[in-house]
Amino acid sequence: MTGTTASANPGDLRAFFVKRVRWKPLELAFWAVWVVLFFVPGSNLVLLSQILIWGLFALSLDLLLGYRGIPSLGHAAFFGIGAYTAGFLGKYGWTEPISGLLIAGLLAGLTGLATGRIVRGLHGIGLLIVTLGLNLILFDFVHRSTHITGGDDGLQGITIAPVLGLFRFDMVGRTAYLYTLVVVFVCFLAVRALVTSPFGLALLGARENTRRMVMLGTPVERDVTQAFGISACIAGIAGALLTQTTQFASPEVLAFTRSADVLVMLVIGGAAVLYGGFVGAAVFMLLRDTLSAFNPIYWYFWIGLLLVLIVAVFRKGMLPTLGGWLARMRGGVQ
Amino acid sequence: MRMAYGGLTIFNGLDFALRAGERHAVIGPNGAGKSTFVNLVTGLVKPVGGSIWLAGRDVTATTPQQRVGAGLVRTFQINTLFPTLSPLESLVLALCQRDGAARPSWRAVSRRTVQIDEAQALLERFGLLGAALRPTRTLSYGEQRLLEVVLAFAMRPRVLLLDEPAAGLSTAQGVALFEQLSSLGDDITVLFIEHDMHLVFRYAQRVSVFAGGELIAQGTPDVVRADARVRKAYLGN
Repeated sequence: MTGTTASANPGDLRAFFVKRVRWKPLELAFWAVWVVLFFVPGSNLVLLSQILIWGLFALSLDLLLGYRGIPSLGHAAFFGIGAYTAGFLGKYGWTEPISGLLIAGLLAGLTGLATGRIVRGLHGIGLLIVTLGLNLILFDFVHRSTHITGGDDGLQGITIAPVLGLFRFDMVGRTAYLYTLVVVFVCFLAVRALVTSPFGLALLGARENTRRMVMLGTPVERDVTQAFGISACIAGIAGALLTQTTQFASPEVLAFTRSADVLVMLVIGGAAVLYGGFVGAAVFMLLRDTLSAFNPIYWYFWIGLLLVLIVAVFRKGMLPTLGGWLARMRGGVQ
Repeated sequence: MRMAYGGLTIFNGLDFALRAGERHAVIGPNGAGKSTFVNLVTGLVKPVGGSIWLAGRDVTATTPQQRVGAGLVRTFQINTLFPTLSPLESLVLALCQRDGAARPSWRAVSRRTVQIDEAQALLERFGLLGAALRPTRTLSYGEQRLLEVVLAFAMRPRVLLLDEPAAGLSTAQGVALFEQLSSLGDDITVLFIEHDMHLVFRYAQRVSVFAGGELIAQGTPDVVRADARVRKAYLGN
């Protein structure tokens, strides 16, 4: 055989997986920052809530694109289904927010399962076109059904009851921020557990080599359906969060530009590293916020330019590239 | 069994039976249909006629995945691995798939200690422990070939089909690999396609010779070696 130099005791390699699953200090620091920001005087809590919601949305896409390797150009459809579900519930009397979130996630998830079933035999460009097409159909439906959805004016008169019957949604967005942070964190825990489970390994395996997975006896197409369902459910929860915290839903939540934006965020931050979507969302939103205040007319030009530069410097996305630099620096020191 | 590609018909009326527990070599010149034969048996391509039986069961209509579940596992002529995953991860993945532990769940992979320990034992047995944690794409070609076989073996096959397992290996590596294969025990039937005649005649109990989409000879190494048609069609001496 090829160089049997290493000898090991049974159980030695368990440590590798234990280390992978364990929380790293940087991860804890990441979440601590969000808590600290709440207490910093003058924090723009509304913007920070938006970043968290976009981050969760990007995380849902990451599960599909980063881990399973399936691109979707229509992810806003699931976000929009969640947003409108929460909106209709709030408008017609179901004002309890947590059950509203779950119902929205469930509906989006079921739509995701159905979509996964439709697209599971497709690859590459075909997949992009079909997901984009489904997104456009849904957008047009919501946009034109003025009598149901309010069309361009959006869904108005949404009431959301206090969280747990205790915390009323206030004008400065303190409740909205904490509510968003807790929901996003819980969803993150679920996704993190999923990708550090054998199922996460199977997603990566199917991304890397479908043919081998077939020869391991895996029903590869069922994985696609499942990944679509779970991803859509989380996207739906993100959409519902947006509606509940702003008490408004407009067709913009499922516009194609949202599908494109979330893809850009994920690519900026880095795919398949769990935190890439959040970092990308923060960079994108802060840039957009700063630039639109700085130059209300040409801000799209500047944001475009900066995005091109970011992607040129951080080829694999910010987090993976920074991780690579860090590893090289450490290697150089030793 | 009959197979056709477009207008080209190969294996017209092929009758082929593997004996339980044997080491069976398939040889033949390029284009003889050896890989197609393995594709047919594993279900990656469908025969246009005839049937395929596994341990008394007709599996002609089953999917490749179902055949893996029934114990029919193969390796590929070209490495079919997970480039960014390490051999350890690949094997734990394979073992979790085999044991039905890879469905969506929140149970961390680190708690699958049975599979992790078995992966370690397999890596040690096949001499891949030193490379266990490196991304597969950084492994030497020989190590990758070996991992290909280990992944298939991890599925606890009853029938193992190896498509040129030693291609690209050094002579010593090839011999070491086949020593492993012959020590697997006779609860596993091994069929291998191989071009290295030394390996074939040393490790096969029976040999089948394919040429031009037909089975032209079958028997013990000695019988095949003495067959006039084989000498003419293939060995060339």
